Amino acid sequence: MTTISKVRYSRRTLLKSGGAAIAAAAFPAPMVWGQESRDITLRQFGTGVSNLNEVATKVKEDLGITLEMTALDTDSVTQRAATQPDSFDIADIEYFVAKKVWPTGNLQAMDASKIDNYDKIVGIFRDGKLTPESTIAQGTAPHTVGFVEGPGGTSFVDNESGWMTLIPTIYNADTLGIRPDLIGRPIESWTELLNPEFAGKASILDISSIGIMDMAMVCEAMGEIQYGDKGNMTREEIDKTIAIFTEAKQNGQFRAFWKTFDESVNLMASGEVVIQSMWSPAITAVRSRDIPCVYQPLKEGYRSWGGGIGLSASLSGMELDAAYEYINWYLSGWVGGFLMRQGYYSAVPETSQAFMSENEWGYWFEGKESTDTISSPFGDKLADAGEVRDGGSFYDRMGSVACWNSVMEENQYMLRKWNEFIAA
Amino acid sequence: MTKQLTAWMQAAPMALVLLAFLVAPIIMIVIVSFWGATEYSIYPAFQFDNYDFLFGSPVTYRVFFNTLKYAAITWLLTLLIGFTVAYFLAFEVRSLKWQIALFLLCTIPFWTSNIIRMISWIPFLGRNGLANSTLISWGVIDEPLEWLLFSDFSVVLAFVHLYTLFMVVPIFNSMMRIDRSLIEAARDGGASGWQVLRHVIVPLCKPGIMIGTIFVTTLVMGDFITVRFMSGSQRANVGRLISNDINLLQYPSASATAVVLLATVLIVIGLLLRVVDIRKEL
Repeated sequence: MTTISKVRYSRRTLLKSGGAAIAAAAFPAPMVWGQESRDITLRQFGTGVSNLNEVATKVKEDLGITLEMTALDTDSVTQRAATQPDSFDIADIEYFVAKKVWPTGNLQAMDASKIDNYDKIVGIFRDGKLTPESTIAQGTAPHTVGFVEGPGGTSFVDNESGWMTLIPTIYNADTLGIRPDLIGRPIESWTELLNPEFAGKASILDISSIGIMDMAMVCEAMGEIQYGDKGNMTREEIDKTIAIFTEAKQNGQFRAFWKTFDESVNLMASGEVVIQSMWSPAITAVRSRDIPCVYQPLKEGYRSWGGGIGLSASLSGMELDAAYEYINWYLSGWVGGFLMRQGYYSAVPETSQAFMSENEWGYWFEGKESTDTISSPFGDKLADAGEVRDGGSFYDRMGSVACWNSVMEENQYMLRKWNEFIAA
Repeated sequence: MTKQLTAWMQAAPMALVLLAFLVAPIIMIVIVSFWGATEYSIYPAFQFDNYDFLFGSPVTYRVFFNTLKYAAITWLLTLLIGFTVAYFLAFEVRSLKWQIALFLLCTIPFWTSNIIRMISWIPFLGRNGLANSTLISWGVIDEPLEWLLFSDFSVVLAFVHLYTLFMVVPIFNSMMRIDRSLIEAARDGGASGWQVLRHVIVPLCKPGIMIGTIFVTTLVMGDFITVRFMSGSQRANVGRLISNDINLLQYPSASATAVVLLATVLIVIGLLLRVVDIRKEL
């Protein structure tokens, strides 16, 4: 996935959180028993997708906890989680990032028994299966990096051990975004991204770990490459994939590459690009300008991602309790409803239902025709009555995930090849 | 206190500042360039992996060539424009008041951020942008020009727009110091306007041109953000290689690239200084 719905990492927020970190280090708060959680401040950072001020406002209202949010882009999030452990209390990161960050020891495992709604968390994040019959998609499926053997555990385990690395918060199934008005015919396959018909009008995202997946979906759909595991490619597979795209790039297939959310919106809205990798809120942003834009379901399936919140290893005492309180609040429904009304999914959909109207629940989750106008939580109209969500219901969409965002064993090799691709 | 000691003491503060904030970081970069990296950490080592990969990849050569190409084209254009603007200000505008006023006018765009000035080209040059729609409505073209945006053209355009002032200022400064009687003497001696320019003004402006050149080449060679935005990430220069590496936590490999870039820039400047001895000229 994922960057930033509004670029909000201003110098001020950086200074603020940086300053807070220095202050916290210089003046460790004395333990005063009986101090209420109202005075507690938790510093959270993550991508703009879920680091929304509305959440901070609401948590202050409900729990009295002050949440300081910093929104960064995907790469910066990883960088911060891995290299600046003292700068945050709560890390809102993606599951595939956990694979990179967990070995640094900057996060601590969470006790699942303290999570009220643990049993209601969607199966994808527990045993990997959406429904008991589901097969598990390729890539870094969240449940494979979701658990460790115990407190202080350093390696991931493949069962529900009761000690979680991240609490799932938000996830979605990604596909290509298109401008139906400028394309004028049905789009059904990932291969269309490299269709010469769209030469100079296609784009792909310049975030290597995600971009390589989109590339793999295309190459596999073209029948050029059969991958053992798209989420864990061999060097040979990486070479072939990059070669196909380098050739396309040199033939002028791409108009631009994008790295931030707003770039993808502008490329699409201005008509520079008619087909590209995209994230669902970007589609929403284009549509809210009254420009037709579809998050096109494709027959090969979706590339999926999931995010979760992890606790800093240095959290303890009352702050740790407050963090658990925050997590339980997070899963209790309000945030879920807030995110689902933007087109994401909540980890505990059933609690979110209470915070959505029947029309909203039907449209977003069940894939039913809307009975009334659908608006985002920010008041933008997203759909008229009688429309159906692109891709259908939760089970239709999450059930046809072909691959999860991931970190490969040959990651460093891939990074270098990616750099070459961008420079080619 | 001997004279020599006093001189040393006087030079010491500046020397210490440079040592701490210029020399030490560069040494650090050189050291780290030999280190190794995993996905999330770097570890001390003495290995040539980073350089091996750098020099072993054909992309590196292409990217360095690209960087030099941008620098050369931008230099040429900023020099032509910068010299013309400075010439107009220094010799065509007679009153000092107007010279200052017009000079300040040149700097007004610089009151906004670099990035804003750059990004504002994007809607202007786009497929459905102002430039294309104007040209179409005039009947000059039938189809929008694709190469206006996200191309070498747009990158160089932005560079020229951003950095011409760095050429104007030092050249203007040199020109203002030219003794006007020299020009009169040349005229009296029968020189044409072109000859005055060629044999009097240009030679006396050399230090200004050289300082401007150093500014522009180093700025262009070190840039990464302009190339990224104006080419829509389609082109690369060395700065982008480094920034990609840093984003992906590959600090040692970024350092190695930085060391090679630094060496390249120093060689370029060394060559320039051989052409003109700035110290002597100043």
